[in-house]
Amino acid sequence: MGKTLFDKVWDAHVVDSIKDGPQILYIDKHLIHEVTSPQAFNELKERNIPIARPDKIVATADHNTPTVNQHLPIKDELSRNQLEQLTKNCKENGITLYGLGHKYNGIVHVMAPELGITQPGMTMVCGDSHTSTHGAFGTIAFGIGTSQVAQVFASQCLLLEKPKSLRVSVNGKLKKGVLPKDVILYIISQLGTNSGTGYFCEYAGNVFEEMSMEGRMTVCNMSIEMGARGGMIAPDETTFKYVKGREFAPKGSKFDKKVAKWKMLKTDENAVFDKEYTFKAEDIEPMLTYGTNPGMGIKITETIPQENDASFEKSLSYMNFQKGESLVDKKINYVFIGSCTNSRIEDFRVAASYVNGKQKAQNVNAWLVPGSQQIARQIQEEGLQTIFESAGFELRQPGCSACLAMNDDKIPEGEYCVSTSNRNFEGRQGQGARTILASPLMAAATAIEGRIIDITKHLN
Amino acid sequence: MEKFVKLIDTAIPLSTENIDTDQIIPARFLKATDKKGFGDNVFRDWRFHKDGTTNEDFVLNNEKYRGSILVAGDNFGCGSSREHAAWALAGYGFKVVISSFFADIFKGNALNNGILPIQVSQDYLKKLLRKTSNDPEAILIVNLENQILKTPVGNTEFEINSYKKLCLLNGYDDIDFLISKKDKIKNFEEAI
Repeated sequence: MGKTLFDKVWDAHVVDSIKDGPQILYIDKHLIHEVTSPQAFNELKERNIPIARPDKIVATADHNTPTVNQHLPIKDELSRNQLEQLTKNCKENGITLYGLGHKYNGIVHVMAPELGITQPGMTMVCGDSHTSTHGAFGTIAFGIGTSQVAQVFASQCLLLEKPKSLRVSVNGKLKKGVLPKDVILYIISQLGTNSGTGYFCEYAGNVFEEMSMEGRMTVCNMSIEMGARGGMIAPDETTFKYVKGREFAPKGSKFDKKVAKWKMLKTDENAVFDKEYTFKAEDIEPMLTYGTNPGMGIKITETIPQENDASFEKSLSYMNFQKGESLVDKKINYVFIGSCTNSRIEDFRVAASYVNGKQKAQNVNAWLVPGSQQIARQIQEEGLQTIFESAGFELRQPGCSACLAMNDDKIPEGEYCVSTSNRNFEGRQGQGARTILASPLMAAATAIEGRIIDITKHLN
Repeated sequence: MEKFVKLIDTAIPLSTENIDTDQIIPARFLKATDKKGFGDNVFRDWRFHKDGTTNEDFVLNNEKYRGSILVAGDNFGCGSSREHAAWALAGYGFKVVISSFFADIFKGNALNNGILPIQVSQDYLKKLLRKTSNDPEAILIVNLENQILKTPVGNTEFEINSYKKLCLLNGYDDIDFLISKKDKIKNFEEAI
């Protein structure tokens, strides 16, 4: 029987298998940030265990950082302390840190790919569930808890049971106005938030093959929202072209040799998956969520389903939505374009192309938060900043920001926010805040109109 | 890690489905750099209103319900990988969570902190939620050795990875084990 892409990468990293137990998986790259690493550093220190491979760890500050005045000392004492701890821990252990203000600083899942740290065929982990993002490169990448961060610190390995395999195929031609975000929101709306639990997902089909790396990252990013530990897409010319020439990518003949290896990373034709789903690209429309988990999504032309279930009703009551209603024309006061899902240059380009020459609605606060310093510079260089600022949008400094509202970027209680982030959980963007997940195009259009519109009717 | 062998206690029923880790511990409480104190903020925004007053309707604030076993709705622990969720539950005093489905990362985090996640059938969970709601004094018996959960709605076997079971029964953790494999890991690194 043939092997899947996942099998090939996994099997190449198994150090040992324990009888009737887990396997020891070797980790090529370990990304860390300020929120989920301090307790792991403490644990090793208390047990007097050295960090096994500091050279395989890269750190950034993103979750808890302010998105204004980053050159000033951080006002919040706890946040400041957390960042100081990270700096201290990295320094003591010889770990590369791209801290606040560094030219490579950014959201961990944005900065690692853009620096060429993420490469096909690797195993990568981070104490963050959206580590699945890096799967866009044909990488086994997944989120881990802090105990596991400590395990990787101590041994560069993890004890894991091999997950089952799942393939989601989407073929056909996407409609105008349908972005990678809509594709993944559609998949999750069809499969639910736990269909992928216990599985690692491969995305296949011409829709993903034709996507840019940015689009693929958006899709893989949200794999965890259907429960899958990770998602991956076979590397191809698009992948190699993206990686080539980046800061930490192999150079010259080394790169060519790697590409020859990376080309082998695809699922064999006779490989069998434990579970398979297939969708038609033509069935997908711009998507919105109406509830408090990412599986509660509808197409822009659909209405909120009629379900009689206590959890469903609790969710609608939190959102203050009614069964059977449409979200079109709902007044929206907050728009957030950012997060590890949609804060890459392509996301800002698509938003700018819609915003260009228009004015933001008076009632809307529109926050744009680039995923990294490099993207912030690109936004400026490409002239997008001028477009956004003349339209009345607020361009902030890089970080996770209002995606999880750990810093001051919070949506007020009771307000709706059309957000390009990944989770619409209760209170995720601030206590009592109501999140509607959408693509950067839908978010930009909402900011201009001050209400939700059917974007497909506004595109030529 | 503390050993876990057997537990006999009452339970707290929380029937909401898809309880995510943002509900278990909201992000604004993740600024600490140690593992202590998270129990005070477990289910913070369900336990307290925004003005800080207690939400009397929430089950953890109902004096009738006490115990170190949480019986929760389907798909418990989805969302973020924050281990703070497990620290918060453990800090509050929970030792066992029973549900019909657990999210992957949460399950691992729970086991790494001495909390036993027990997966039961949807039907069993429904009955157990009803029973524990109606009878707060109902006693549940968790036997890890035999992998059996005994409750007034019946006895049921539960699954646990044999390695993880060994860890819980003995209070071991993965770090000790991985360090014992140092040579193998080194050989692997040299062969790459």
